[in-house]
Amino acid sequence: MHQQVPILKIDDFWIASVQGSLHDQDVIEFKQALLSKIMQPKSRGLIIDLTVLDVVDSFVTKTLIDIRGLAKLMGIPVIIAGMSPAVAITLVEMGLSLEGVDTALNLQKGLDKLRNAGKER
Amino acid sequence: MLERESSIENEFDIVAARRGAKEVANELGFSTVDQVRIATAISELARNVVLYARMGSIVVRPFCEGGQQGLEIVVADKGPGIPNVELAMTDGYSTSGGLGAGLPGARRLMDTFRIDSQLGQGTTITARKWKA
Repeated sequence: MHQQVPILKIDDFWIASVQGSLHDQDVIEFKQALLSKIMQPKSRGLIIDLTVLDVVDSFVTKTLIDIRGLAKLMGIPVIIAGMSPAVAITLVEMGLSLEGVDTALNLQKGLDKLRNAGKER
Repeated sequence: MLERESSIENEFDIVAARRGAKEVANELGFSTVDQVRIATAISELARNVVLYARMGSIVVRPFCEGGQQGLEIVVADKGPGIPNVELAMTDGYSTSGGLGAGLPGARRLMDTFRIDSQLGQGTTITARKWKA
């Protein structure tokens, strides 16, 4: 069963809210879909919302770091939003601190952050 | 008995195994954080099975020792074995282009962690989490 993550646009910000459990192929497809969205000329940022994702393992973490790195090269800021406390604790214990990845408590704060970053430019 | 055994042959099985483990942990009364720890450890170990051994099995079962309850996971495969267990347990070491966080990460998420690996024979990992 394939799980497609809808990628929505608000103003010129892309928002992807991950629903449920993704298996590895979904994660790879998700990454490619995100990259094809953010390369569109008017893109100004990307938020990946993990609110309902119950498990984030090293494979998903690697993909998030990859997405952030590629987006950075394209000049697009990425924010990871909505990570649950349990997931955050687990990642820290695993030694996966998502160094250099911008985060926000929830989708709204992520959007605020991107908007403010846009103003400062 | 809440014991569950699942075979691991592909990435779909990884998702099913971690979902199953989370359900067992939930039924045993583990905290939300512990459920996520256990499910994440299973995810790492199951992925290793698919990556390195192609197929294997995972057993998740409750145990009781010294009046203390807990959950035990046994991940077994008949793959190539781990040539250097110490190296494989090192943070950042990976032979698959990953983050090298799977085995050492899974160990930190569980309370006990034992690797029995023989070259050409396979690998069995037994890990336990006590109920807090």
